[in-house]
Amino acid sequence: MSVRRLHEIQPESFAFSEANLARVQEWMAKFPEGRQRSAVIAALWIGQEQEGWVTKPMVEEVGRLLDMPYIRVLEVATFYTMFYLAPVGKHHLQVCTTTPCWLRGSDEVVKACKKHIHDKPHTVSADGQFSWEEMECLGACVNAPMMLIDKDPYEDLTGDKVVEIIEALRRGESPKTGSQIDRHTSEPVGGRTTLTKEEA
Amino acid sequence: MARKLIIDGKEIEAEDTLTLLQACEQAGAEIPRFCYHERLSVAGNCRMCMVEWVGAPKPQVSCSLQVKDIFPNKDGTPAKINTNSPVAKKAREGVMEFLLINHPLDCPICDQGGECDLQDQAMGYGRANFHRFHENKRAVEDKYMGPLIKTAMNRCIQCTRCVRFATEVAGVPDLGATGRGEDMEITTYLEKAFSSELSGNVVDLCPVGALTSKPYSYNARPWELKHTESIDIMDAQGCNTRIDTRGRSVLRVLPRLNEEINEEWLHDKGRHIWDGLGRQRLDRPYVRKNGKLQAASWHDAFALIAAKAKATKPERMAAIVGDLAAAEEIKALKDLMTSLGVINLDCRQEGATLGGARPSYLFNTSIAGVEAADALLLIGCNPRWEAPVLNARIRKTWLAGALQVANLGLAVDLTYPAAELGTDIATLEALADGSHPFAEVLRNAKRPMLILGTGALARKDGAAVLYRAAKIARETGMIGPAGTAAEGGWNGFNVLHTAASRVAALDLGFVPGPEGRDVTGIIDGAQKGEIDFIYLLGADELPLETMGRPFVVYQGSHGDAGASYADVILPGSAFSEKDGLFANFEGRVQEAPRAVFPPGEAKEDWAILRALSEELKHPLPYDTLEALRRVLVAELPQYGALGTLPRHEGADPALWGALGAEGPLAIDVPLAAAIGDYYLTNAIARASLVMADCSRILLHDGQTKMAAE
Repeated sequence: MSVRRLHEIQPESFAFSEANLARVQEWMAKFPEGRQRSAVIAALWIGQEQEGWVTKPMVEEVGRLLDMPYIRVLEVATFYTMFYLAPVGKHHLQVCTTTPCWLRGSDEVVKACKKHIHDKPHTVSADGQFSWEEMECLGACVNAPMMLIDKDPYEDLTGDKVVEIIEALRRGESPKTGSQIDRHTSEPVGGRTTLTKEEA
Repeated sequence: MARKLIIDGKEIEAEDTLTLLQACEQAGAEIPRFCYHERLSVAGNCRMCMVEWVGAPKPQVSCSLQVKDIFPNKDGTPAKINTNSPVAKKAREGVMEFLLINHPLDCPICDQGGECDLQDQAMGYGRANFHRFHENKRAVEDKYMGPLIKTAMNRCIQCTRCVRFATEVAGVPDLGATGRGEDMEITTYLEKAFSSELSGNVVDLCPVGALTSKPYSYNARPWELKHTESIDIMDAQGCNTRIDTRGRSVLRVLPRLNEEINEEWLHDKGRHIWDGLGRQRLDRPYVRKNGKLQAASWHDAFALIAAKAKATKPERMAAIVGDLAAAEEIKALKDLMTSLGVINLDCRQEGATLGGARPSYLFNTSIAGVEAADALLLIGCNPRWEAPVLNARIRKTWLAGALQVANLGLAVDLTYPAAELGTDIATLEALADGSHPFAEVLRNAKRPMLILGTGALARKDGAAVLYRAAKIARETGMIGPAGTAAEGGWNGFNVLHTAASRVAALDLGFVPGPEGRDVTGIIDGAQKGEIDFIYLLGADELPLETMGRPFVVYQGSHGDAGASYADVILPGSAFSEKDGLFANFEGRVQEAPRAVFPPGEAKEDWAILRALSEELKHPLPYDTLEALRRVLVAELPQYGALGTLPRHEGADPALWGALGAEGPLAIDVPLAAAIGDYYLTNAIARASLVMADCSRILLHDGQTKMAAE
């Protein structure tokens, strides 16, 4: 974790697309009159889907839309690391480096990202395709080490596997999500050891 | 409901609505705290107020644990709370250790040193000669919060008092906490200045030295200062203050607790004008010779005035009282002028048509009484600028319940929602005859009130406005039975004055006699050559440039507009330099005692008038301030009962039916603001560099106003 601030270079303006505005309004309608600001996370999330990251004009647009002071929107945007405050690549890799993943070799994953994307986290690769960052626990410790690409988890990683996934994404393919070894979800490696057959 | 608790071995009954911290305080225990503040919402994030609940597995955070949630022991005996046990002490020591991990401990260079909650509580709960953290402390960038608040964010312990104050009390949600955990930072939105008239209060609220006063920075240590309990006269509310001085200079002004007036808040003008007390001072008499003001002796100045006064007929003389005068000098000037036969007297510089029966120009509901109101009509006033602390009280009332506010006047952000009725004075007619929808709201309200501002009274049709306001008050049930609001009486008719001297001057009848001229008449008369002699007692807010060349005596403390038109200047004292009585807009009389001595040859104002009366061969009948006050109290008994609120005398048709004049309203003149610039309303504020900065940065977007404008 580090101090999260809005990016230095900001676009001039932001407006929700018609479809996205309808989605935001759908969220606003879910809350009682006068509590529209409860939709702030949803609104920022939809905005991020549209723009790729949370921009200053977006923070202000959301503030106007939900009738809340800009500082309140900024508080939310800086609190949650799921909101990107700087431009990200087409694919954004969030590498878990919390203790279980670290013990299981997340250093290798980070090394691969550094080599094949960019030396520094939060920086878009030369071809604009990728960016990466270190992330706190994403709740898949049993499949450590793991990372999240966009909205999908990739688990049981090694350095080489990460390179393969990056290259596949670069070619425009959709690599298999979930565990990257011969393993079904979080079952034991090498297959089940208990409850192997159905008993009455 | 109340339930029994045993706190530190003492059995007490605590109301269910209290928090455990309040119950502990009732039992006489002292609970340390950082984030908890009785006038703000409970955050419960500093954890310093932990106490032991015997039987509970962990220490309890007393500020956020409610009494109603504390159940008795299994055997039916009351729950036992220990505030001083080893468990509680150890818990607090742990919290203190955590807080100090990242606190820079730069007390020797910190302005809060000596009056710092963290410093004080570390004396009680710090672990001396013991530390186990060797990592670097966190470093946080300092933030810009405007011209009044200096930040040192390394010191911040994230209590969020400032954020809660801005959001809840000030109603200006400019402050917030971004990031989280170790990276949490208190900031404004992208380094915007904190634009509230109450911003200085966050400095008092900050329990550490993260937010300190920018103008006061590195000026003094608290233990070097002499404290004088005083009154703020920058507006007419009479906020209770404490003036801190060292030697001959005033170094800062802080609020003092008074539940009935300002609770514990003070507005920025009252708090930060102290540098104006030392600038632009008139410190010796001046006499105009060959068109230029030249230093003179008291004797020469008096001699010139006496010669001029002798040569002028009383009906060609006039006297005007300014906004900052104390009751004593108003009384002395009135007596002196009356003895000379002068009837052209006025104190209403802005030209309001007020006077006569006392309730007709007072804020009758009383400041604390506002909290009982459920409908409020503002007529030509902007309480946010004219009385910011009163405005916080209105906001508090709105927050607490169903106060409906309508604003007839310029649309401004009052920090609470108001139905904007526009600036068209014809709307007042509709309200008065009951046809306006808000008249219905007022009729249906249990305790309706209206506030009549200077913006509505200082008009040519001011008397007609007053008549209609009184009609609204009568016909919507604002004038109830006798007594204070607490006693069941209700009076919703309020006049909001902007000048601290006004109520005292009206009490003393410093208004034109039957044949006398008012302010406009005096200035007009001077222009036409019908007035030859004008005595200004600190009056600076007049269109003096239009009055031709009468002989002007200016008695006052600051070299402002009035002094520049004067032929003789008599240097008086500012409010901090004399014992003075001030009546606030409620009619409550309070004393502002002397904190420092006046500079140079300046004298106390009543004494100047006493000396001058000797010179004019009409000596005033009092030689000491005590004698003067005795005369004053004999005439106006409420000036002997300091701090008390006048009692509402109940519905009296004779009074409430006869206010103002029925004449037509000036339909084509829209309602205007009474104050053009909150930060520069009087001579002291205009002399203050801090106020000039505030005005430039907060009201004029950082643009300096050019002298030619």
